[in-house]
Formats: sequence, structure tokens, C-alpha cells
Amino acid sequence: MMYRWHRRIAAAVVLPMLALGMAQPAFAEGMPQLDFANPLTTAQVVWGAVIFLALYLLLSRWALPKAADVLKLRSDTIAGDLEAARHAMADADAAVAELTAATAKARAEAQAAVNQATEQARGKAAAQAASLNERLEAQLKEAEGRIEQARAAAMGALHQVASTTASAVVTRLTGQTPDPARLEAAIGAALAARGG
Amino acid sequence: MAAEHSSIDALGQFELHTTLGALGHSVNFTQANLLMLVCSALILALMYFGMRPSAIVPGRLQAGAELAYKFVHDMCVEQIGEEGRKFFPFVFTLFFFILIGNLLGLLPYSFTYTSHIAVTFALALAVFLLSTGVAIYIHGWHFLSYFVPEGSPKILLPLLFVIEVVSYLSRLISLPVRLFANMMAGHVMMEVFASFMVMMAGAGTVGVVAAFFPQAINVILIGFELLVAALQAYVFALLTCLYLHDAVHLH
Repeated sequence: MMYRWHRRIAAAVVLPMLALGMAQPAFAEGMPQLDFANPLTTAQVVWGAVIFLALYLLLSRWALPKAADVLKLRSDTIAGDLEAARHAMADADAAVAELTAATAKARAEAQAAVNQATEQARGKAAAQAASLNERLEAQLKEAEGRIEQARAAAMGALHQVASTTASAVVTRLTGQTPDPARLEAAIGAALAARGG
Repeated sequence: MAAEHSSIDALGQFELHTTLGALGHSVNFTQANLLMLVCSALILALMYFGMRPSAIVPGRLQAGAELAYKFVHDMCVEQIGEEGRKFFPFVFTLFFFILIGNLLGLLPYSFTYTSHIAVTFALALAVFLLSTGVAIYIHGWHFLSYFVPEGSPKILLPLLFVIEVVSYLSRLISLPVRLFANMMAGHVMMEVFASFMVMMAGAGTVGVVAAFFPQAINVILIGFELLVAALQAYVFALLTCLYLHDAVHLH
């Protein structure tokens, strides 16, 4: 591509030159560049070769390596700085991760402690409630026993009062003392019928 | 116009003469060689003063020197591949030797050594010998396969081989002639138009006014020549890289 472009430019330069050149008598005298009879034509090439070689040696041994060193120093410095920055970033990331882990751990520990305390309190409360129930149950049983006793005593007294009263009523109504065995059976039946 | 032509000496500017007095005369040291020395000194000065601060953040001159380095270095690596690093100093020297030579030649009273076919041929010969030597060093006899296009019919092989060899050798002509012709053409045109201007200016009031036209053309030509000077140096270096790529990779 480059080559073709350049050819076109070369043609653009050379063609007008040839057009002019053909009108120039000076061209007929020959170009100094092709005057190989002149020793200077070859002498300039010999000196040119010496100068070019010297320039090449100075550049390749001294100037270019020096430039390469500076460029390498720069790329090394940039790479080093980037590496340091990357290192710092990794450190920061690790610290953040550590912090997150520590927070999570602390939270879990606190939660466990809270749970344990709650559990303990609940157990203690349950035990207290159980012992209280037990005590109340015992008192209830005792009270019931006392009631039963009182009732039995009351029933015994009632039986006695009933037979005395019935005997007195029957004696007054009929004038004769009732048969104690029959009276006893009737009172027992009546009391039993009333739920005694 | 015909009368004016006889007094235009467009080719005199290319004549060589010795310089640096009697010493230069005794060793045939020409003004072309003096310009080569100036060119080398400029390149070395750019690299020396440019890279002397060795700063991480470069100043202007260092940025210029680094740009010069990187431009040629990237061209070598892109065109030749990783092996291009080995040829980088040579391509760098070649590119700046031609570029600075072309640009110095545009200064008044200066001389353009790249407008001499002998000089450009010597440079091209160095490129040709280097690339051929590298190819033979790396590939040995296998180098000959470069002249046999892949997948061509067997019966045509001898003919194709000859054609490829001729085209390979023609590099030795095209590379120097391209640079030499471009540089010479520009300088001849500027000389011709400048001579027109001087002649017209000497031909009375009308002539002085008319002389502005060839001068205007020369102003444009200088800009064009700056382009050609940079472009031809680039083309020479780029083709050198392509030839070296062929030598290293065989296609």
C-alpha cells in the first residue's frame, strides 16, 4: 500500500522533472552524479561508508542502549508502582474480609449468649412453676381431706340428730317408742336418698 | 523562454568538490562527507542531550529522542517480528542517516548527499547484502526456496525461479534509484524555478511582478520537498524492514 502510494508521488515528482529536463540543455552535459571519471564520486562513498559505520557503532554500542535503559527504567517503575498499588488493594480487601468475619462471629456469639440466657431463664421459670403447682396441689389435697373429714363428722352428727328427732316425733304421735332397728333403717335410707 | 534556458545550471548543485582546505583535498574529503558528519553529529547530539536527563517523566528533547527511538523500534518489531530487535540499530542508523541528510539538503548553500546515486546505491547494497546474508545464515540452502512460489506448476518452475531471482536482484536497483531520483528531482525543480525568478526580476518592472509566480511555486515546492524528504527516508527504512522480514521468515 505504502509502496504504491509512494510510487505515485515519485511519478508526480519525476515526470515534471523529465518534462523540464528535456527542455534543459544543461542535462545534455550529463549529471555530475554519473561522472564516475571524477575520483570524488567514489571517494564520497568510501568516506560515507566510514562515517556510516562510525555512526552505526556509536549508536548501537552507546546511544541506543542508553535510551533503552531509560525506557526500561520507566516501564519497570510503572510496573512496580502498579504492583505496589495492586498489593495495597489486596491488603485492604483482606482487612475488609477479616473485619466482616469478626463482626459475623461476634454477632453469632452474642446471639448464642442471648439464646442460652433465655433458655436458662425459661427452665428456671418452669421449675419454679412446677414446684409451686406441687405445693398448691398438696395444699388442695390437704384441704379436700379436711373437708371430707368435716363432712363425715357432720354426717355422723346428722344421723344421730335425725334418729333422736324421729324417735321423739314418733313417740309423741303414736304414744309408743318405735322399734329402734326399723327407725335406724328408715333414717339410713332417707339419708342415702338425699345423697348422704 | 528559450534564451533564458541556456543560463540555467540546474545540475551544478550536484557537483562534488573537496572541503576542509588542503587536508580535505589531499584525502578527497568532499562536501557530501562533511554533511554526513554534520548529520551524524546531529543524530548523536539528539540521543546524547535528549537521553542525558534519563527522567521518568521526559522533557521536550527527551520526548523527541524517545519518539525517534520508539518510532524505528516499533517499525522493526512490527515489520520483522521479534527478531527485528537485532536489526534495530542498523535500521535506526539508516533511517536517520537518510532523513537528516534529506532535510539538511534543503538548507540554502547545503548539499544533499542522498541525491547521489553512488551514495544511495552503497546504502542499498548494504541492505541487500545484510538481508541476503541473514537469509543464508538462518536458512542455508533452504533460502533457494524463496525463489520458488508455493503451489506453482512444476513445469513452470524454472521460468518462475528465473523471474523471482531477477525481481530479487531488482531491489538493488529500485531501492537506490527511488531515493536518488526523488531527491534529485526536487532539487532540480527548485533550482529551475529559482533561476526563472532571478531572470524575470532582471527584466524590468513587469518582470519583477512576474517573478512572484516562480517564487510562489518554490514556496509550495519546499513544503512538498519536506514531505518527500521524510517520506523517502521512511520508505527506504520500511523496505529495508520488509526485506529483512523476508530474509528471516522466507515469505
